[in-house]
Amino acid sequence: MFGPRKLLQILTVTCALVSVTAAAQNAPPTTGEDLQRVSEIAGQPGGQIVVALRAEPKTLNPVVAADNPSKTVIWRMMADLVHINRASQKTEPAVAKSWTVSRDGLHYTLKLRRGLKFSDGQPADADDVVFSFHVYMDEAIHAPQRDLLTIGGRPITVRKVDAQTVMFDLSKPYGAAERLFDGFAILPRHLLEQPYRDGKLLQAWNLGADPKMYAGLGPFRLREYVPGERIVLEKSPYYWKDDSRGTRLPYLDRITFVFVPSDDAQILRFQNGDTDLVDRLSAEDFSTLQRSGASRKYELADAGPSLEYNFLFFNLNDLNAKSLSAISAKQTYFRQTAFRQAVSLAVDRDAIVRLVYQGKGVPLWNQLASTNKLWGDPELPKPQHSVGSAKQLLGNAGFSWNASGDLLDAEHNKVSFTIITSSTSAARVKMATLLQDDLRQIGIDARVVTLEFRAVLDRVLNSHDYEACVMGLSSGDADPNADLNVWLSDGSTHLWDMGEPKPATTWEAEIDKLMNQQMTTLSPVERRKLYYRVQEIVAQYRPLIFLASPDVLVGAKANLGNFQPAVLDDHILWNADYLYWRRN
Amino acid sequence: MRPGLKLGVAVAFLASIHGIILFAGFFAPENPVTQHRDTPYAPPTAIHFVDLSGQFHLRPFFYPNVLRVDSYTEYEASGERPCPIHFVVPGVEYKIAGFLPLRTHLFSGSCDSSSPMYLMGSDAFGRDLFSRILYGGQISLLAGLLAAGMSLSIGTVLGAAAGFKGGIADGLLMRLADLFVALPWLYLLLGLRAFLPLSLDPRQALLLVVIVVGAVGWARPARLIRGIVLSVRERNFVRAARGFGASDFYIVRRHILPETTSVILTQASLLIPQYVLAEITLSFLGLGISPPTASWGNLLGDLQHYNVLENYWWMYLPAVAMVPFFLGYLVLTAAVEERARAVSS
Repeated sequence: MFGPRKLLQILTVTCALVSVTAAAQNAPPTTGEDLQRVSEIAGQPGGQIVVALRAEPKTLNPVVAADNPSKTVIWRMMADLVHINRASQKTEPAVAKSWTVSRDGLHYTLKLRRGLKFSDGQPADADDVVFSFHVYMDEAIHAPQRDLLTIGGRPITVRKVDAQTVMFDLSKPYGAAERLFDGFAILPRHLLEQPYRDGKLLQAWNLGADPKMYAGLGPFRLREYVPGERIVLEKSPYYWKDDSRGTRLPYLDRITFVFVPSDDAQILRFQNGDTDLVDRLSAEDFSTLQRSGASRKYELADAGPSLEYNFLFFNLNDLNAKSLSAISAKQTYFRQTAFRQAVSLAVDRDAIVRLVYQGKGVPLWNQLASTNKLWGDPELPKPQHSVGSAKQLLGNAGFSWNASGDLLDAEHNKVSFTIITSSTSAARVKMATLLQDDLRQIGIDARVVTLEFRAVLDRVLNSHDYEACVMGLSSGDADPNADLNVWLSDGSTHLWDMGEPKPATTWEAEIDKLMNQQMTTLSPVERRKLYYRVQEIVAQYRPLIFLASPDVLVGAKANLGNFQPAVLDDHILWNADYLYWRRN
Repeated sequence: MRPGLKLGVAVAFLASIHGIILFAGFFAPENPVTQHRDTPYAPPTAIHFVDLSGQFHLRPFFYPNVLRVDSYTEYEASGERPCPIHFVVPGVEYKIAGFLPLRTHLFSGSCDSSSPMYLMGSDAFGRDLFSRILYGGQISLLAGLLAAGMSLSIGTVLGAAAGFKGGIADGLLMRLADLFVALPWLYLLLGLRAFLPLSLDPRQALLLVVIVVGAVGWARPARLIRGIVLSVRERNFVRAARGFGASDFYIVRRHILPETTSVILTQASLLIPQYVLAEITLSFLGLGISPPTASWGNLLGDLQHYNVLENYWWMYLPAVAMVPFFLGYLVLTAAVEERARAVSS
């Protein structure tokens, strides 16, 4: 039917088309490349997603980044040696394809994948790993992760065995084993070694720099940054994962991060379809979206209890050197354990879960929700809300009440204080209002003052000019080591008493000892026992009066494939390399 | 409408609004800060005269709203037992003008320990919005009245001094007035608030709002008073009084100030709603009276959240409740001006 010339034409055109389409796909695996095969996903390449960030990232430098928006963007472009799967909470190989641990737990040997390339095409090997860890442990750099690499009082050492093998030597065994390596991005030596030698590493990779100067081992790389508007990432053609059909990941071509500061604006944009995913919904916004989801354009998910914990705490800092005499005077009763215990008894935690989280949360008496089977101490008391017991405790501790029902301390001064909280967190403001009413029932006149978040942080961390505060923290991992900074006396988030090189009380000294001990204990059973003891001490002395923890509430467009919300951060983008758009 | 009648109607209407707000404790069934944590964001309770079986009752009644079993936000009327509404009953103690304790309330809507009647719904903590609007009116109105009083006093004194003395004093005072008129008042207030200590109890916060708002706004009345004083100063009867040896103070008090009465009254009826609005703006932004003390501003503050806007329509009611107040003052201002024109012509 077709003549020979026509057939030849068709054949040529078909071959051209096939080769063009082949070239447009990801670079096929070259020989000698070790790709991680992710077999449980099957998607189609193409498309982009738009995600809103609550604030503009401050930096794209993993050595410096401390805020959530920066980390959200950075970790789409970086990869670590061993990664904790955010959904299963188990470790899995990442840049390192396998590892072995010596029997005494002191030596970790990691084998890197062959054929690794940074997102700019330059090869990656053991030299980059050694360089990265030298940077993280450099005292002059002062990376926030540095403390996590100090085990048993001494920083770990890293050395290159050969081009594909690195060895880490610890002075004491590390209880959490390979979880240690999660969160340490492998930095490109070819781009950062020079700035490091020049002492300019901390200024490298801030937002304004040239996208060509960024490179990482993550699924995406930087494409453009428009200040005040958006950051756009595009897929890295050299990412080291593929799916069961041999398609190199990630599926998405682009991720666009837009900056939307207010929660209400975020909901509106998600509802309109301007953004494709939304994270950290409040319970009310979640039910608003549920009600208006009649068109079923999007899918909402409750991923269960998060690792965020909210609490009330009092200023227990040593204020002698400062001119905060009014607060100092109140510390006489802040420091009384019975006072803190009574306040904890007066708190109506069920009301907080009902009114603030609309049931999508759990009350907390300790840092870990009782639903945390792995590390939560099941025998901890959960004293129920009781104004009578609170009053009894106060009465026994030398407090009294005057005729109008106001609480008086031992010197017959009225007990009253201010609770500060961040104005941007509607949930915490509500919690503070509920607390205020609860405290009124036992005669305490508490006032709630809302300040901008940075002002709250400054008062708590630096100037110590506050009386009480309602705040929240979020653990990066269920493992106790993730919160060392909170419990160690010299930790950067030892909020109630900052900057103590030595523990201020005997029970804080005990906590320090136990936390350091569990860090270097190999047996999980032993670690658990030690951490239970820490939780018991915290429950007894209540430096933080725990309130409640919200569930992880997220949403995504209905046809986004492989959307799997996780309890650990980043709840929605932890598997950005697996997300794809379903065509049907 | 005759000017006199219009003025009379406006005054009577405003007097009744102010009266209701002054006696907020009587008209409000609840204490404004009492939380009912079982009924957050409850919709307004429906009032019935006819019960489910079709029987008419002279005394109105309601069915308490309770949360649906599996929901945290949806309500249903529990239809078993109708709760009658009683009138002029004893209830929670309140104080009139802060010192006169009373217990009588106009109506009471609570049936033993079930959820109370919410005439205008409840807020996030189950506090009765109707009570909060009434008590909030006390705060907002007080702030507005005091601020207007302060502004007018300062303005009259300085304006009269400037107009009467003339010369350098006049020049200085009027340039100062220009400065105050030119200042963007909202940013000035924001800036001033930032300087102040962290914890202010509600009374101190109110005083602060009044002082700041009143101190900023003296310039306009001052200019107007000065104008009047300048023109009156040259009138014959003033010259005559001076000829008889009257002191400056006597002349101002006895002859000049009475001429400024109509301007002061008009200014008062203009400024009071403006200052109430200023307090509302500040509290809305979180810089004036802070919760749990109710003020019209922070009652509206809840509306800044999208989910409240979408789902709880009764949270708009404070805005609706304010409208008669502002309309009344608008009509009053117009009536005062007409009357002043009628009198002078």
